Amino acid sequence: MMHVGTRILTVEDDERIRTAVRLALEDEGWEVEETASGEEALTAFARAPVDVVLIDIMLPGVDGFEVCRSIRRTSAVPIVMVTARADTHDVVAGLEAGADDYLTKPFAPKELSARIRALLRRYRSSETMPETMLFDQLEVVPEEGVVRLGGIEVHLTRTEFQLLVELGHQAGKVLSREDLLERVWGYDYFGDGRLVDVHVRRLRTKIEPDPANPRFVVTVRGMGYKLQP
Amino acid sequence: MAAAEQRSTLTPIGLRARISLAFAIGGLVLSVVLAGVTMVLSREQLISTREESAAAVAVNNAVRLNNQLTPDTAFEDLPSIVDSLTSLEGSQPLVRLGDEWLLAPELGRADLPGMLTARIQDGQPGQMRTYVAGQPQLVIGLPLPSFDAAYYEVVNLDGVADTLGSIRFILLSAGAATTLLGAIIGWWASRRTLLPLRRVRSAAEAIAGGRLDTRLERQADPDLDALADSFNGMAEALEARIRRDARFASEVSHELRSPLMTLTTTVGVLEARRDQFSERSRTALDLLSQDLSRFSRMVEDLLEISRFDAGAASLELTEINVANFVHASLGAAHLGDVFVEDRLGGQSVVIDGDKRRLARVMANLLGNATSHAGGPTGVFMEQEAGVVRIGVEDDGPGVAPGDRELIFDRFSRGSSAGRRGGGSGAGLGLSLVWEDIRLHDGRVWVEDRGDSGRGARFVVELPLPEDDPESVTV
Repeated sequence: MMHVGTRILTVEDDERIRTAVRLALEDEGWEVEETASGEEALTAFARAPVDVVLIDIMLPGVDGFEVCRSIRRTSAVPIVMVTARADTHDVVAGLEAGADDYLTKPFAPKELSARIRALLRRYRSSETMPETMLFDQLEVVPEEGVVRLGGIEVHLTRTEFQLLVELGHQAGKVLSREDLLERVWGYDYFGDGRLVDVHVRRLRTKIEPDPANPRFVVTVRGMGYKLQP
Repeated sequence: MAAAEQRSTLTPIGLRARISLAFAIGGLVLSVVLAGVTMVLSREQLISTREESAAAVAVNNAVRLNNQLTPDTAFEDLPSIVDSLTSLEGSQPLVRLGDEWLLAPELGRADLPGMLTARIQDGQPGQMRTYVAGQPQLVIGLPLPSFDAAYYEVVNLDGVADTLGSIRFILLSAGAATTLLGAIIGWWASRRTLLPLRRVRSAAEAIAGGRLDTRLERQADPDLDALADSFNGMAEALEARIRRDARFASEVSHELRSPLMTLTTTVGVLEARRDQFSERSRTALDLLSQDLSRFSRMVEDLLEISRFDAGAASLELTEINVANFVHASLGAAHLGDVFVEDRLGGQSVVIDGDKRRLARVMANLLGNATSHAGGPTGVFMEQEAGVVRIGVEDDGPGVAPGDRELIFDRFSRGSSAGRRGGGSGAGLGLSLVWEDIRLHDGRVWVEDRGDSGRGARFVVELPLPEDDPESVTV
C-alpha cells in the first residue's frame, strides 16, 4: 500500500477490458477512475487531478491522440497509451502527441503496474535531485523541477525533464539509448529506442535555439546522445 | 514421374535454339536446292555452248580440208594440211583418207565410237558424246564423200569442268553463308519473339517475390496484348485472393485480441491471489495461465505473419550494437552463461536494425535450441565484407539436409524426429525468423556444426550499413 491516494484515469471503450484493468490496478492499491470515451475522459480530467492517465488510442469519437494532446496543453501528468501494435506509426504518433510511454495489447497486469510505477517514481524522485546545472544559457534546477533558457522558464513534461537531468549529470559523455531507457523509463536492453528518439526530438524543440542543429543534446552516430556542456 | 525424370536428365533444347536451328535448316535446304538447280542448268548451258562452237569449228575445218584436198593428195601431205586448220582448245582432229588414218597423239581408232564411224561411213555427218580415258569428249564426224575421206574432231568437254568447279565453289560458299545467315536471323527473330516472354517472366518473378501489384504493360500489339491481359487477369485474381486471406487472418487475430486482453488481465488478477486458492485451483490456474500465454503468442505470431503476407510489415530501424545485443538476448533468455565467441576483432560493430524483430529472432533461435537440442552450446558473432553474422550452435540431433529449408516453413515440423516435434512451438517461430531477417535484407540458414559432427548451427547474416562510419570503438 505504497501509493495510497494515487489516482489513475483510464480511457477504454471495451467494458470488459476496462473492468479487468480496474481490477488489476486496484490490486496494486491504486484508485481508478474509469471512462469509456475521449470526451468523458477530458471532462473527468478537468474535474479532478489524477497522477497517471492510461489511454487506449483506438477510441470512437475523440481518439486517444486527441485526448493526449488536450491533456498535454494544460498538464505534465504522466500518460501511458495503449496501442494495438508496436510496429505502426501509432507508437510514434502517440509519443509525439505527448505520451510518456506505451503498452501493446494484450499486456499482463504486471507489465502495466511496472510501467505506472516507473512513471510515478520518476514523477516523484525529481524532488530529491540536488545541484543546479548550468550549460551556457541552459539552466536545469532539479530541486525545483525547473528548466530555464536564458532566464525564461521552459515547460517540460516530467519525462523530458528526467531525460535532460540524466544527460546533464553525465554532461559531455555519450549515453546509449539503452542507458537512457534504463535510467529514465526503467526498461531493460530491449526497451523501444523510439521512446528515447521521440522524447529527445520533443526536448530539442523546447530547449534548442535551432532544433535542426542542436546545440545541447547532440546525436552521436552509432552510439547514442550526449549533452554538450 | 519417370517421364519427368527422363526430361530432367536430357538437356532440353531451348525455344530460341530451336527457332535458330529451323531457320538454319531452312536456309541450308533452300541454298542446296538452288545450288543444285543452278549447277545442272549451268552445266547444260556450258556444254551445249561448247558443243555448238565445236560443231561450227568442225564444219568449218571440214570445208577447208575438203577444199585443200585434191584427188592426188597423198597421205603424207595430210599433216601439214591439218596443221593449218583452226584448232579449238582441247580439241584434236582425226582424218581418214581411204583406209589410212591420221590420228592425234593421244587418240587411237578404237577411241572413236563404232556407231559414229559407221554413220560417217554411210555418208552422214554426226556427233556423239563419249568418254575417252575417263574424260567426257564430244566426237564430231563429217564425211568428205568426194575423196573417200572423213574428218573427225574430238573435243574435250572437260574444260567445262573447271568453270563448273568455280561455280560449284561459289554456290557452296553462298549456301554456307545462307545457312549461317538463316541461323543469325533465327536467333534475332527468336529474341524479338521472346522479348515479351522475358517481360512476362520478370513480372512473374516479381509477383513470386511478393510484389503482388506487378502488372504487364500493354504493347499495342493484338497478339501480345491478349497475353498481357490474361496475365494481368491472373495476377489480379491472385493478388485479391492473397490480400483477402491476409486480411482474414489479420481480422481474426484482431478480433481475438480483445478477449485475450480481458483474459490476460483477469488471469493476472487471479494469479495475484494464488495463495488463497486450494491446491487443485492452483494447478488449474497454472494450466490456464500457461496455455493463455501460449495462445497469446500464437495470435501475435499469426498477426505478424499476416502483416508480412499483406506486405504491411515495416522496419523500425535503430542503431544496434551487435555485441551488446547478443549478450542482452542471452540475458533475456536466461542463458547468460552460454559461451559467446566474439570474432568481431575488438571492434564495436553497429547495424541498423529493428530491435524488436531482431530480439524475437534471437529469442526464437535460442528457444528452438532449448526445446530441441537441450540448449545452445555457444553463440558466435563475426564480421565479413559488408555483413555481420550471428550464429547459435547446439549439440542436439541436428537438422537433416532435406529439412534445412523446410523448417523455415510455417507450421512445418520437419521429418527428422525430435527436432521440431513436441507441443512447445506453434510452428511459426522459425518462419517468423525467416521473414524478419528477409525484411532486413539478410539471410538465415541452418547447417551442421561441423567441428564435432553433432549438432546444428543457425546463422543469421545481416548487412552492415553502407556508409560504414569509421568503425567506432567504445
